[in-house]
Amino acid sequence: MTARIHQRRGAAAAAPLPARPEADKHQPDEHRPDGNRPGEREDRDGIRPRVSGDDATDPGAAPPPSRPRRRIGLARPLGVGVVTLWLSVIVLLPLAALTVASFGEGVSGFWAAVTAPTALASLWVTVLVSAIVAVVNAVLGTLVAWVLVRDEFPGKRVVNALIDLPFALPTIVASIVLLSLYGPNSPIGVELNATRWGLVVALLFVTLPFVVRSVQPVLIEADREVEEAAASLGASNWTTFRRIVLPTLAPAILGGTGLAFARAIGEYGSVVLIGGNIPRETQVASQYIQQQIEIDRPLNAAAVSVALLAIAFLTLLVLRVLSSRTQRREERDA
Amino acid sequence: MRISTGTRISLRVIALGYLFVLLAVPIAVILWRTFSPGIGEFVASVSTPAAQSAINLSLLIVAIVVPLNVVFGVATALALVRGRFRGRGLLQAVVDLPFAVSPIVVGVALIMLWGAGGWFGGLDNAGFKVIFGLPGMVIATLFVTLPFVVREVEPVLHEIGQEQEQAASTLGANRWQTFWRITLPAIRWGLTYGIVLTVARALGEFGAVIMVSSGFPGVSQTLTLLVHSRYIDDHNTYGAYAAATLLMGIALVVLLLMTVLDRKRSDR
Repeated sequence: MTARIHQRRGAAAAAPLPARPEADKHQPDEHRPDGNRPGEREDRDGIRPRVSGDDATDPGAAPPPSRPRRRIGLARPLGVGVVTLWLSVIVLLPLAALTVASFGEGVSGFWAAVTAPTALASLWVTVLVSAIVAVVNAVLGTLVAWVLVRDEFPGKRVVNALIDLPFALPTIVASIVLLSLYGPNSPIGVELNATRWGLVVALLFVTLPFVVRSVQPVLIEADREVEEAAASLGASNWTTFRRIVLPTLAPAILGGTGLAFARAIGEYGSVVLIGGNIPRETQVASQYIQQQIEIDRPLNAAAVSVALLAIAFLTLLVLRVLSSRTQRREERDA
Repeated sequence: MRISTGTRISLRVIALGYLFVLLAVPIAVILWRTFSPGIGEFVASVSTPAAQSAINLSLLIVAIVVPLNVVFGVATALALVRGRFRGRGLLQAVVDLPFAVSPIVVGVALIMLWGAGGWFGGLDNAGFKVIFGLPGMVIATLFVTLPFVVREVEPVLHEIGQEQEQAASTLGANRWQTFWRITLPAIRWGLTYGIVLTVARALGEFGAVIMVSSGFPGVSQTLTLLVHSRYIDDHNTYGAYAAATLLMGIALVVLLLMTVLDRKRSDR
């Protein structure tokens, strides 16, 4: 059982998604009790005097270091400086340049760019479609996780492996894959290209793993005795689900749904072919931004980009607040 | 909960039906459309000069991005785990940023920084083309793949602690020896996992790269851009299917590698 859980966690970890930050934020806390972190300073200081004396034991290995202080770890000031510089040039400076550019004509210029009718419409389509996708994911993702954990059927392992496929596939491939079935000349006669339903299907495809992979481990670890107790006390299946199972799963469902929403907001590759890019109809914000760059309106592109970033950050912030609140409640209950 | 067989079966049918319609059937259809004219046709389509140059360009970007990400990713992970400095929390948040940023926004941000009218526009005017050139595509790929190595190596570094490194150091090993003989072997699976994720994302990145590429066939098209331009510009639907199937094959290999590596990692 543990092996299976590990595998699941690993599978979720494989996802190029914002799920990791959440998980990793807790890492330092989890590991602190092992005594690795807080003690390291003292250990290092304690060892230092002995270091130079032991050099003679391994003459071939290394010349005696002149400054033992710098021996352990690469995280010296120089290393930190290089890392900071790297992260700044690759990540921070571009985003700073973007933000400054979006306010190139002042706050009013920014506001005018974001509230231009087509810009606003594209943001609205993005949020609307992403919200639909998030809700469908919450319901069907949980259902899929449930079936994969509590049900037994031949080929379950294959189905389980299939769930990760959307994360592994390049987004443009997702687009083509869906077009081959739901596009022009559809073999089943369902043509969804250039409709909002096409957008929904494409986004459902790329966000499928989020809810499934966050609910699965919780469901595996859930205490089934409580469910049985409820059932033996006469609770119906629906009551048991509503009162026992759902509250346990709620944080995981919410987390997965939020991540799916955040991903759907910024998605481009998977919707670019199937969406049709019709302004006010199926043009999502990322397509609008791309179009504004193409017709040389960098201010509009930058402003809507910043708006999109703001929505994504807000979503992730709400998620973090909610998850820390549940955690606190759990700690209080425990 | 004791679920009746009827409910159980209908839940199963809904779940599997959903996956079938969303995942299985579209993938089966594209495979069928790619391979129904025969394997020869597929091979011919993915070995045209434009396709070959796209494959080469994609591999070139991977070959530049992976070493950079390994060096700076491991350095960042070491700094985050072992370092005690002010602003560590901030650095943590910056590492996660690329996950939250839409690929298109990445492209726009890079244009605002490196483009002709951007902060570093002087480079462009001096004749060193970043945007609409290879450097731009490399930087875009670096942006979107930056967290992978850091986030895979970091937990391993936490786990192994520092005792062995300190022991090595006590025995007279210098910093590099400690790193090569102790730290690197300990983090190798985490690092490999991070590299696999980086390669997959670098090969598959589309949105950020299309924004900063000039997109000329045979010159500045990666595999993903080739799929897009074949479908949109050339109306070569079959060519797009074939190139997409090639990318899908790579993705499947990656998925397989990840499963194997994951097992290796948890066996440790």
